[in-house]
Amino acid sequence: MKAVLAENLVKRYGDKRSHTEALKEVSFEVKQGELFGIIGPDGAGKTSLFRILTTLLLPDGGNATVDGYDVVKDFKSIRKRVGYMPGRFSLYQDLSVAENLEFFATIFETSIEENYELIKDIYSQIEPFKDRKAGKLSGGMKQKLALSCALIHRPSVLFLDEPTTGVDAVSRMEFWDMLQGLKKQGITILVSTPYMDEASLCDRVALIQTGNILSINSPENIISNFGRSLVAVRSNKMFDLLKDLKYFEGTEDVYAFGEYHHLVLKNSSSLAEVKEFLSARHFDSEATMVTPGIEDCFIALMKSS
Amino acid sequence: MKQFISFVKKEFYHIGRDRRTLFILLVMPIVQIIIFGFALTNEVKNSSIAVLDQANDVGTRSIIAELDASNYFTVQKNLNSYKEVESEFKKGKIKMVIVFPQNFATDIKHFNKAQIQFITDASDPNLANTMNSYASNIIMDYQNRINQDLKLPYRIKTEYRMLYNAQLKGAYSFVPGVMSMVLMLICTMMTAITIVKEKELGTMEVMLVSPVQPLKIVIAKAVPYLLLSTINITTILLLSVFVLDVPINGSIILLVSEAILFTLTSLALGLLISTVTDSQQTAMFISLTGMFLPTVMLSGFMFPIENMPLPLQIISNIVPAKWFYFIVKSVMIKGVGLASVWRETLILVAMTGFFLLLSIKKFKIRLA
Repeated sequence: MKAVLAENLVKRYGDKRSHTEALKEVSFEVKQGELFGIIGPDGAGKTSLFRILTTLLLPDGGNATVDGYDVVKDFKSIRKRVGYMPGRFSLYQDLSVAENLEFFATIFETSIEENYELIKDIYSQIEPFKDRKAGKLSGGMKQKLALSCALIHRPSVLFLDEPTTGVDAVSRMEFWDMLQGLKKQGITILVSTPYMDEASLCDRVALIQTGNILSINSPENIISNFGRSLVAVRSNKMFDLLKDLKYFEGTEDVYAFGEYHHLVLKNSSSLAEVKEFLSARHFDSEATMVTPGIEDCFIALMKSS
Repeated sequence: MKQFISFVKKEFYHIGRDRRTLFILLVMPIVQIIIFGFALTNEVKNSSIAVLDQANDVGTRSIIAELDASNYFTVQKNLNSYKEVESEFKKGKIKMVIVFPQNFATDIKHFNKAQIQFITDASDPNLANTMNSYASNIIMDYQNRINQDLKLPYRIKTEYRMLYNAQLKGAYSFVPGVMSMVLMLICTMMTAITIVKEKELGTMEVMLVSPVQPLKIVIAKAVPYLLLSTINITTILLLSVFVLDVPINGSIILLVSEAILFTLTSLALGLLISTVTDSQQTAMFISLTGMFLPTVMLSGFMFPIENMPLPLQIISNIVPAKWFYFIVKSVMIKGVGLASVWRETLILVAMTGFFLLLSIKKFKIRLA
């Protein structure tokens, strides 16, 4: 049995005449015990997808199951067995850390002691502050508390909607470490993120853009499917460089990428040709071959679709 | 049950930790009772009057002394001419001028009748009316006293008794009014706001993805406000009995149970508002304009319903406070029992049931 199965999910917002399609026939499946990433920019439809799977929204088309239960018909069974952490911090700010955890344990008809093993690694980090009000915690600690609360009933599937958005780099890494730990406990995890660099931490990822899934694969395969040479180029005049590179005959695509420009080469072209082209106009430029990242794949997939 | 208890506990934490709101909720009824009791009163008490006594004889002087001696009037000024009357009124302090003509005493003696003129500042018509009748009464008393030994052949004397509130105290009508206002405000507005707050903060989203029945979440919200309202009912009754001297003539148990019934009606109304709104602002706006204003305007507490145009009289029937106001007035002031207010009680029960059913039906088990 698949942990999550989505078939042609459609979600529209607005009235009949002018509506936006947040999800356009989205299909994917997640295996038991998998750490599955849904990666896409803001407005791609990640939250709508999560809300349909957690039974908070009704799909306008298609169907989906979680642990074999239908998200529309069997919503009560799903609500008992999944853990959900919304994108926004959604715990009681005026309740202390311990009170929040205890409250969530009771409403899921369990107790902190019963599942302490599962949350121990996470909760022990914030336990020294257990009498502090949740609203007074730092961003990273809030995430840890929210995760503890979402886990307190040992869910079979955990839905994390953008858990690392707005969290500092160190806490983000810690958070992903915790997810790896939970995976070992056999919990299926669906996590969405707008950060492309986090894709490599998932078992498989779905790249999503304006309601369409561009690709579903393991991060390694997505990168190896890129299939073209990628050159990082920089010079002192970055703006002119970008304009000039667009006229280079070997260019398939070129775009700004941090402090470099990323140049996707046509199969007919090579690094030597790029260097030769540049030497005429940009004496100080440097160009090196780089391995593509998920973001490069995302841009390529986005443009080809 | 364990779930429910921990929900209620959480609600108490929320209320208890928001000290400022809690303070306002507990102090508001006290302040309202005091404001209505002592400041916002339209009773005539020590009103400043002036006298234009052109006769200045024994008769006029004793009438002036009587007026001054009463609790209702204080003679502030003796005027010397008609011209001064208007300018006194324009200064604003003097509310009434009493004019005695020349030859007041001789007129009485020779023609058996004399005239007194009341000039009243009618910019507040109710006050003017009340002052006129008080002054007439005082003068009538005086006249009866000097006529005691005389036997007139034919005389019709009207005698009136004001039942239940002989001194025409304002407190008798506003204590029930303030009670319905406070309960409406706390129960309806605060419940609506706290539920909608969970929607706004996103905690409702988490709560929905859990095994808890939504009904439990909502009912648990109402429990602390029910308790808070009981405290407020007690404060209002204590204040009205011991500070404002408004007696509780009927059964206190009946009165309190009716108040709790009205609290439930208001809570149900608050739940209903919360199910149809998504922001605290809207919830507050609906509670204030949609509930609070009709409570003040159409319950009969500020303005008598009998004097309203027919459409408004009909509309007033759907205002729960109207029925509660009637019940409290009947039980507290007239001292009647359940036998006289069972119809109104039944209406409130029906309203509560209706609001509850509607809000359960309208409660969203999903986000949209």
